Amino acid sequence: MTRTPLRPLARILHARQRGENPDSIERENLRLRHEVMRDKSRGSAQVRLVILALCFFGAFTLIGARMGTIAASEPIEPRTASAGTEIDAGRADIVDRNGRILATNMLTHALYVQTRDLIDPARVARELAVIFPDLDEKALLRRFIDGRSFLWVRKVLSPEQMQMVHEIGDPGLLFGPREMRLYPNGTLAAHVLGGSSFGAEGVNSAEVIGTAGLERFADARLRDPAQAGTPLVTSLDITVQAAVEDVLGAGITMMNAKGGAAILMDVNTGEIVALAAGPTFDPNDRPANPTSGEPSDSPLFNRAVQGVYELGSTFKIFAAAQAIELGLLTPETLVDANAPMYFGKFKINEFEGHNYGPLLSVSDIIAKSSNVGTAHIAMMIGGERQQAFLKALGLFDASPVELVEAKGAKPLRPARWPEIVTITAAYGHGISGSPLNLATAYASIANGGIKVTPTLLKRTEPMQGERILSKRVALLAVGMMRRVVTEGTASLGDVPGYAVAGKTGTAEKTKRGGGYYDDKVINTFASVFPANDPKYVLVVTLDEPSENTGSKPRRTAGWTAVPVAAEIIRRAAPLLGMRPQVEAASLDGLVAVKN
Amino acid sequence: MRPVLYVLSFLAVMALGFWAYRENYATQASLRDVTNLQNEIGTLRESLSIERAEWAYLNRPDRLRDLATLNFDRLELLPMLPSQFGVTSQITFPPAPLITNLPIEGGEMVSGTLAATKEAQTP
Repeated sequence: MTRTPLRPLARILHARQRGENPDSIERENLRLRHEVMRDKSRGSAQVRLVILALCFFGAFTLIGARMGTIAASEPIEPRTASAGTEIDAGRADIVDRNGRILATNMLTHALYVQTRDLIDPARVARELAVIFPDLDEKALLRRFIDGRSFLWVRKVLSPEQMQMVHEIGDPGLLFGPREMRLYPNGTLAAHVLGGSSFGAEGVNSAEVIGTAGLERFADARLRDPAQAGTPLVTSLDITVQAAVEDVLGAGITMMNAKGGAAILMDVNTGEIVALAAGPTFDPNDRPANPTSGEPSDSPLFNRAVQGVYELGSTFKIFAAAQAIELGLLTPETLVDANAPMYFGKFKINEFEGHNYGPLLSVSDIIAKSSNVGTAHIAMMIGGERQQAFLKALGLFDASPVELVEAKGAKPLRPARWPEIVTITAAYGHGISGSPLNLATAYASIANGGIKVTPTLLKRTEPMQGERILSKRVALLAVGMMRRVVTEGTASLGDVPGYAVAGKTGTAEKTKRGGGYYDDKVINTFASVFPANDPKYVLVVTLDEPSENTGSKPRRTAGWTAVPVAAEIIRRAAPLLGMRPQVEAASLDGLVAVKN
Repeated sequence: MRPVLYVLSFLAVMALGFWAYRENYATQASLRDVTNLQNEIGTLRESLSIERAEWAYLNRPDRLRDLATLNFDRLELLPMLPSQFGVTSQITFPPAPLITNLPIEGGEMVSGTLAATKEAQTP
């Protein structure tokens, strides 16, 4: 744009010649320029206004049209959209790691009575009592005619029973549809699944709520309508679980035990592949919670998680591993193991008054399960470091596993930690934990020293955990446990091809009032296999076992829990897809030496 | 010209009306159809879940174990044990097919050695 000067020289000179005021030319030009500027800005403002008006028009048209269609159309569900699976399933299924069903739903009916519609209450009561033998005819009749208008008769009916009720043919008998929780495998994994029952009930539906175990723990997830179509995938393997339960059940019977527990855990992921506890129950027909007596007398008691026991010598490997980690000892270091050992007013004995001393290597202390040797190792470590290590292994806290019972089973430990507790805790006395706590701690050692978080749900991402032992020490610890099986207290636990490593533990049960029983023990065998590349941890605990084939009952873990564990490994390892390995024969008399 | 246009437009309106009438009923029929299908899908889903539950019930480990025991004569099934693992070389593969129709005398002999060498080559 060419800018016109305000005072063009030619016009000014011209005006001066004519005697006019040249300033009027400048004013005139200024006015013209301002007019041009005003026209331009007005034009652009008009364009802005038009655009804005168009926007408003578009928006109001859209809203108006939408309002019109909403007002004019009938309020109906979109019928052409297809219904998803989430509509029919009220509660998500629970499946094992391969997708086999552990818990599912089944449609059935509940029976209720509208008493004012009953034609012949006496006959109905009589016939119902015939169909359901547990109903009392007189009580039923009394409830029919005592003035109430409505009553529930049965919560679930089988199709046959429903047909028979139909055949009574009284209009007062009515059926309400029910979604029933079904555990098709019966007692399998009962302690993991827990059980379920009906919550709030209406005529047309009833809510199913989990009452124990995983059902209760994951209740919110299972009831979430958004996830009802996708089953909850557990880490269990039905086949392995069945084999473990089978062997454990037989073991409990053969060893005359009151109960038992077995946990099989993947050391690298913390997934529990099998968790069995005996005696067991049928979650389809869950017995009522015990109101009197010991909780452990009820089959509902989950010994693997709720059974907080002194786990005995299985703790010794923790002291040995920690001492090696701290650089205090090597597996070959000789330690004082002269029994009995006196500490203040306490006397520490070996099993059956043995004396393995005067000196024993750390590896032999584990293999022979020497209390005195472990006590000396524990004193070298000291109480504070020992507590920190046991805490890091998760032996001080309730297991974080996905079972509602786990929170209540907090390990018991003394409030104060004087030196005598340091000593006894090193060989597993005066401190209690559940078999699951123990399995977790062993898995943390077996996987090369990374802390394991146990889980019952299938993991999709690799496990993260802090390192609590160096890989070298973890390998040495597993090596020492291998010696327990090859030449120590667990010689019955050797399964050819699977290089079982483990540690036995026998602890007397504590009396209610204090003190220990002589003839009631808890036998535990915590094992790791295969020793050269640990993949699984198996903990077997038997409650009050006694092996009676000899002249006197044997109550050590080596005679009771170990053979059961060996049989479990023999059965379960092939099912886990583990091929037996040929172990290199030990070279007799050849020792690595350095020149 | 104009009356023709009137007649034509009247006929067009009639045709469109007829078409709209039919479409209306066709739509209603398909909606009914969809509803029925969805009811059927619902019923089938329900029975599918029951079938699945029944499948799981019939395949429960207890029952399979009992069945294996009952039919031991015929099936000879035992729990899987470590000793049942083998290596590929332990398997007796079917022998390589014999070469037949050899025109020369002593063909049996030749084919036998051929088969043997072939077998030896396969690992």
